[in-house]
Amino acid sequence: MSEAVSALGGATFEGYCILRDAGPTGMVTIRGDLGAAAFGKAVKKATGCALPKQREIVTNGGRRLAWMSPDELLLICDQGEAPGMAAALAETLKGQHALALDVSDARALFRLEGAGCREVIAKLSPANLAPGAFGPGEMRRTRLAQVAGAFHMPDESSVEIVVFRSVARYAFDLIANAARPGSEVGLFAPAP
Amino acid sequence: MLILDCPYCGIRADETELAPGGEAHLTRVGPEGSDAAFESYLFDRKNPKGVHFERWRHAAGCGKWFHAARNTVTLEVYGTYPAQVTEPPKALLAAISKKVPGWEGWQ
Repeated sequence: MSEAVSALGGATFEGYCILRDAGPTGMVTIRGDLGAAAFGKAVKKATGCALPKQREIVTNGGRRLAWMSPDELLLICDQGEAPGMAAALAETLKGQHALALDVSDARALFRLEGAGCREVIAKLSPANLAPGAFGPGEMRRTRLAQVAGAFHMPDESSVEIVVFRSVARYAFDLIANAARPGSEVGLFAPAP
Repeated sequence: MLILDCPYCGIRADETELAPGGEAHLTRVGPEGSDAAFESYLFDRKNPKGVHFERWRHAAGCGKWFHAARNTVTLEVYGTYPAQVTEPPKALLAAISKKVPGWEGWQ
């Protein structure tokens, strides 16, 4: 079997935050009626994650399940696990008007680490990244300069960014440029 | 800048995250309609000076279409509501009537 590689092959940029291509990552998109009890049960059974509420992202070990829209979820998991997850979901969702698809190859995942990570994203997106308005546990779909992207904060000093693979290079360069040394603004300076 | 609350994901989205969809609450004229009615459906728009009902899509966010009521003169936004309706919610209409004396209604 051919070996999976991520969009930018583990590229790294070190500015006032460190940006990394997260390497091969599994992603499964799940669509269905999020309000239906049977849907929540089926998703929980296959993934072990509770159904996230509006804009929420829930974690279960290495798996993260994010609310993407009123009828869409995104499961982020290990690369090798994704095809099995999609199949398991298809099985538990059988009979429902729902869909689970392995989209690992269509996406790229970046990790941005550093105390200034909120500010780097704020330079590129119209989203309100002020502490209090956005924080760990929330998935925000928005745009990064000219392309669609989604991000969440695993913790206070890192951001995980999901973009389409076709724009991975653009998005990486964009974030790297926003994180370049000497371009600090000090917008969300941590409380002393 | 125009800022609208997406009724689906609850985000206060600014204009750059949204895609405009023109006038809301148009009734589609199908093959059984007359040429004049079809032409009117395609091209005739209210283009009011004042209260306007519009369709917007949260393009860079949840991707859903929704409706917005706003004023084309003052740029005041009266409210947003989901797209699964054929007419604006009564509460919103009442609120607009209160704010805009002499408003002739949405139809």
